[in-house]
Amino acid sequence: MGVHCKIAFGTLTAGRIMCGIVGIYLKNESLQPELGGLLAAMLVEMSDRGPDSAGIALYRDPVPDSSCKLTLHAANRCDWDALRTEMAANFQADVKLEVRASHAVVVIAAPAASVQDWLGTQHPELRVMSAGSAIEIYKEQGLPVEFVRRFRLSELNGTHALGHTRMATESAVTTEHSHPFSTGMDLCLVHNGSLSNHNRLRRQLRDEGVDIQTDNDSEVAAGYLMWRLREGDSLEEALERALTDLDGFYTFAIGTKHGFAVLRDPIACKPAVMAETEDWVAMASEFRAIAQLPGVENAMIWEPSPATVYSWGQ
Amino acid sequence: MKVFDLNTDSVRALNQYLHDSPSGNLSVTNPAGRHCIACGIDDAVEVSIDGHVGYYCAGMNKTAQITIGGNAGPGVAENIMSGSVRIKGNASQSAGASGRGGTLVIEGDASARCGISMKGVDIVVAGSVGHLSAFMAQKGRLVVCGDAGDFLGDSIYEACIYVRGKVGELGADCIEKEMTAAHVHGLEDLLVATGVAANADDFRRYGSARKLYNFDIDHADDY
Repeated sequence: MGVHCKIAFGTLTAGRIMCGIVGIYLKNESLQPELGGLLAAMLVEMSDRGPDSAGIALYRDPVPDSSCKLTLHAANRCDWDALRTEMAANFQADVKLEVRASHAVVVIAAPAASVQDWLGTQHPELRVMSAGSAIEIYKEQGLPVEFVRRFRLSELNGTHALGHTRMATESAVTTEHSHPFSTGMDLCLVHNGSLSNHNRLRRQLRDEGVDIQTDNDSEVAAGYLMWRLREGDSLEEALERALTDLDGFYTFAIGTKHGFAVLRDPIACKPAVMAETEDWVAMASEFRAIAQLPGVENAMIWEPSPATVYSWGQ
Repeated sequence: MKVFDLNTDSVRALNQYLHDSPSGNLSVTNPAGRHCIACGIDDAVEVSIDGHVGYYCAGMNKTAQITIGGNAGPGVAENIMSGSVRIKGNASQSAGASGRGGTLVIEGDASARCGISMKGVDIVVAGSVGHLSAFMAQKGRLVVCGDAGDFLGDSIYEACIYVRGKVGELGADCIEKEMTAAHVHGLEDLLVATGVAANADDFRRYGSARKLYNFDIDHADDY
């Protein structure tokens, strides 16, 4: 019955099953201790969409203006205690360092830019995943369920978070190619889709002095936002401009210090669903991720319109 | 009534039951956005799904009557052959894609590409539809009681589109056509049969101008 049609049409629809995005913003403060657990449930539900790697950006415990918070990734074994001692001596400042699997979150009473410069020259083997006052980014190859276990997601508190499960189509399966991508202080981006003009844009952005480290198309989108924000655009303005400058398919979720934003391309091939209750706002590639959240039976649920910026808590 | 609780029963078990020996009415609880619920049914059973479903629910349906109590994900009633599928909430993109027969009723809105490549199904949407609806539609009727997004009926063949509200930019080769008495009567019958409250006189009809090159017999030798 209709087998030929099923197969023929499958080529139109099956292509969408790549990469999963989840996001949650808590309106009810009493849920903050459970943020990591809620995010983990959503992320694991998106395993079919992205079994190659998983990652999250989570916002919690903002540090004072005089300090910064960096998430570092070590591809190989790292003596984190030695690093902490070295940093404290160099910057003559208190350093807090919390290790989580292959990553460590560093809080130090020093400007983020100078810490990043110092790390770049003294420890080029370490990669700075995020910088800001509240953001922490963790990402790794492998199944989401493994990621959730290794990074002990269920013990993380926070105000809001984004997550991504990757099915690689445009570039290699490595931790560096995984999402979220940092787009500046306390900013990050996750992407479901593929960009077709990323090579030309990458060259342009490098000419503008934007540091793009991989051949990944999503990192170009992150770099693009970083550049526009640096040039003085608001996040909304940068996203509006992205609608003209980025060619391809995308659903983006962008994390900010105080919330997150969502944007779909005008063709809207890539799925997205949003939901809101009195306690939270959530977005995901599919409803089944949102179905994991408490009180979902009373949620208002809708599909974000194409080429429209949605944002919370900006 | 037999009940499948998808918190404990698998979708595969549900669909196997529906393919093997279904009888009477069947209720599905806790769908939680799972994919491919109640697909490929070939019997005149009634299936009621209590909640929101994921991708491709009620795909390839034949003779069964399926009601979805909540929202439906992409590709609901894809390739429906006959019978009826009714969605109490909203439908995501590609609802009724390539449907060959039967009836799909969406009580809320449908998003992009509703009725894409439809080949005979009747689709009635009480709300609005998104962009590129009835793209390359070949046969059947798409009825939109609300508004239709841009590129409606792009590259349409012989299908018939009725819209009560506003229409964005029409797709390539799609034009407004005369609403004859026969069209009004046919639409009236469809609205009554599907229980959608709307007056057939309020709709405008759209279809193919038949000007695209594929309608030109001179190109037959190109293939």
